Amino acid sequence: MTANDLRGGSAVVGVGLAGCGEAPGRTAMELIGEASWKAVTDAGLRMTDIDAVFGVSAVHGMPSVTISEYLGIRPVFSDGSMIGGSSNVAHLLMATMAIRAGLCRTALVCYGSNQKSASGRLVSSAAEFNPYEQPYKPRFPMNAYALAASRHMHQYGTTRRHLAEVAVAARAWANLNPEAYMHGPMTIDDVLNARMVCDPFGLLDCCLVTDGGGALVVVARERARDFPRKPVYFLGGAMAHWHRSIMQMPDLTVTAASESGPRAFAMAGMTPRDIDVLELYDAFTINTILFLEDLGFCPKGEGGRFVEGGRIAPGGSLPVNTNGGGLSCVHPGMYGTFILVEAVRQLRGEAGDRQAKKAETAIVHGNGGVLSSQVTAILGTEATL
Amino acid sequence: MTIASEGPGPDAVYREALQAGRFTVQRCRDCGRASFPPRVFCRHCGAAALEWIAASGDGVVYATSVVRNRPDKGGDHNVSLVDIAEGARLLTRVDGVAPTAVPIGAKVKARIVTGDVPHVVFDLVEG
Repeated sequence: MTANDLRGGSAVVGVGLAGCGEAPGRTAMELIGEASWKAVTDAGLRMTDIDAVFGVSAVHGMPSVTISEYLGIRPVFSDGSMIGGSSNVAHLLMATMAIRAGLCRTALVCYGSNQKSASGRLVSSAAEFNPYEQPYKPRFPMNAYALAASRHMHQYGTTRRHLAEVAVAARAWANLNPEAYMHGPMTIDDVLNARMVCDPFGLLDCCLVTDGGGALVVVARERARDFPRKPVYFLGGAMAHWHRSIMQMPDLTVTAASESGPRAFAMAGMTPRDIDVLELYDAFTINTILFLEDLGFCPKGEGGRFVEGGRIAPGGSLPVNTNGGGLSCVHPGMYGTFILVEAVRQLRGEAGDRQAKKAETAIVHGNGGVLSSQVTAILGTEATL
Repeated sequence: MTIASEGPGPDAVYREALQAGRFTVQRCRDCGRASFPPRVFCRHCGAAALEWIAASGDGVVYATSVVRNRPDKGGDHNVSLVDIAEGARLLTRVDGVAPTAVPIGAKVKARIVTGDVPHVVFDLVEG
């Protein structure tokens, strides 16, 4: 098995979401359970058909073990690798590897958190104690992204107005998505005039804190047409990380997406021009700008100007974060699951009012920690195999 | 060289020096690059050849932010990344100016804040 054998090696045949927004009275595991049940049902399967579990949680030390127990699965393979919000995107790559290696047949990728109802605060792996950071009372993870934004603004002339374009586009998409947590008009001035929380970010530059669970069922390409839904194929995937603490990030304007992206594109045999729909992990407004650059959709430093004039909003030339993003749709601590699910829905043509006109290919880019772990996946319909 | 397996590790050595009023960083004898926070071998080239050098205290602001807090919760404070002359980057705070008025690219000078957890902050250098 080589990396090229993974192209088209697997397909997502079921997706499910649960409790996105607020799910008072629900535990994280109940949200994982509900989303998983929905994904398995969407695939026309029963939970007992699942033989591999790839899952994470903010509150379980051995997540794939706890999740398997709860779901009543005795997996032949499981993985709970925790690399932050990008974990589930990495799990899609790992599930594909395990399936191609013959270690399992029907994999579940899942995540869930009740952090809005449980605490109202972002429960993040980015908040772990570091004695070289803590004396300065940083507000992590937000603070690290704010530092990156400050550097990008200094180096490339990016403005708070450019950042605001990202938030406004996300809200416009959310307004087309009945499942999004936030609805209602938002203007550039609304973003600029919002309360400052960690300069250069105001409140509306930052992701939501919500509850939510999500899950996907993954099988081998050879079985993909045996399920009721239109299969969505895995075409390429790669991960990269260069730092854990923001002080160790070599250049705050360049993320490891500049490495994971080209490797994923190489596996898929594609370039950014071949991509119809983009789902980029927007924990903060600067993320979308950085990832558009690092994944090759615009030159380094041009991301702010690139998003001007509603280019990534509904009606713009490039559909980005079509569910409303972490900024306006859902962000239960780790968001990678939800961009995968949205990409699948777009490629199935099930996205309703927010459906992209052309949706044969999608790029999903997951981010974890403080711009730390970067995982890119490229998905496509049968026509792209 | 090899990694000294006995005695306090680099983290403890760094803190002890800081407590005594000395800001030190590690430099690799092989590749010449600085490593911070302290570690047992060079993060750049992998050589077990780190030596302690006194930091000059000179730095330049690389990136900056302001953590906003209500006055009753301590008010706003600065959080910056500073590149020191020896070649390492520190998460820190720049003092001597409003937290919102720390210019990226400005020259700064290190100062040790002693106490329970001694740490290095920076002051803006005039002119």
